Amino acid sequence: MGELAFGQSGAMDALLYSYMPVVIFMGVALLIGVALIVTPFIVAYRNPDPEKLSAYECGFNAFDDARMKFDVRFYLVSILFIIFDLEVAFLFPWAVSFGAIGWVGFWSMMAFLGVLTIGFIYEWKKGALEWD
Amino acid sequence: MLPTKGGEAHSGTVMLNGLPAVFFYLFAFVAIASAFMVIAARNPVHSVLFLILTFFNAAGLFLLTGAEFLAMILLVVYVGAVAVLFLFVVMMLDVDFAELKSGALQYAPIGALVGIILVGELIVVLGGYAFSPRLAATTGQPTPPLAERANTAALGDVLYTHYLFAFQLAGMVLLVAMIGAIVLTLRHKANVRRQDINQQVARVPETAIEIRKVRTGEGV
Repeated sequence: MGELAFGQSGAMDALLYSYMPVVIFMGVALLIGVALIVTPFIVAYRNPDPEKLSAYECGFNAFDDARMKFDVRFYLVSILFIIFDLEVAFLFPWAVSFGAIGWVGFWSMMAFLGVLTIGFIYEWKKGALEWD
Repeated sequence: MLPTKGGEAHSGTVMLNGLPAVFFYLFAFVAIASAFMVIAARNPVHSVLFLILTFFNAAGLFLLTGAEFLAMILLVVYVGAVAVLFLFVVMMLDVDFAELKSGALQYAPIGALVGIILVGELIVVLGGYAFSPRLAATTGQPTPPLAERANTAALGDVLYTHYLFAFQLAGMVLLVAMIGAIVLTLRHKANVRRQDINQQVARVPETAIEIRKVRTGEGV
């Protein structure tokens, strides 16, 4: 390998080549996916007519367009999910370097969690976690 | 802070060879192509799907620079959560495609303005790097070499101590987002009968039923 980013090629190569199984996995997945899409075009018997191709819902004609308005409550659930997702994302580097950051790092994370727990209590008391 | 040696390496030429270079060009090409398709696709749902493809390729590019944690967070947070939220918005809007296309040109000036501002900022960033190649070493927190400290650990070493206030500020921003989302979208329906299990379990015959003596022929 040549001169890699930040001049640390040995460790960098080890890191990149450790992702080789992921690449192989994706290659195999792509191969299987493409094969399953392409083979029906080659081998399957096709005899289409308008009745067979028309849309239906449980045996009836389609009532409505598939794109209808969502209830806004789904949106609230997913926003609350993202916030706690980010909270957990902050926990990963903290856990990995837990031994190196000492008590300052520990209490800094506790304060962060405390602030978000206030939000969680607010959310619970407000009834945002209940559907009705 | 921690012992760092990566600072002076920023001035050296950054080159990728061999297989990593192949993957760099693959990720970069697909990222740019799918980013173009985000704005070119007529169906907003297709736009969001191309955006997800762009996120995946950006994660690949992060991985090639050794920023493992950022790559994984990009997948978890942006692909797993933000893109799903975008899909929700696109489906909630109940978009009329013909109407959407007719009004696209009237937003062109403001879009061009935002684009010009972004290009200007990029020029300032890259130009500053050209004028002072040591800038990254003096102002930023240099990344320790990968052989000494893994990327996620190096991030954790500074994030909770050196950047404590920024970290706490992030917590406050999340709290504001949480309360804001609840205040804006939470509407309780009136006359909903909820099941209160405490109340149900606390019921005893004395409070729940009333026994009356009924005399024959008189009724209640």
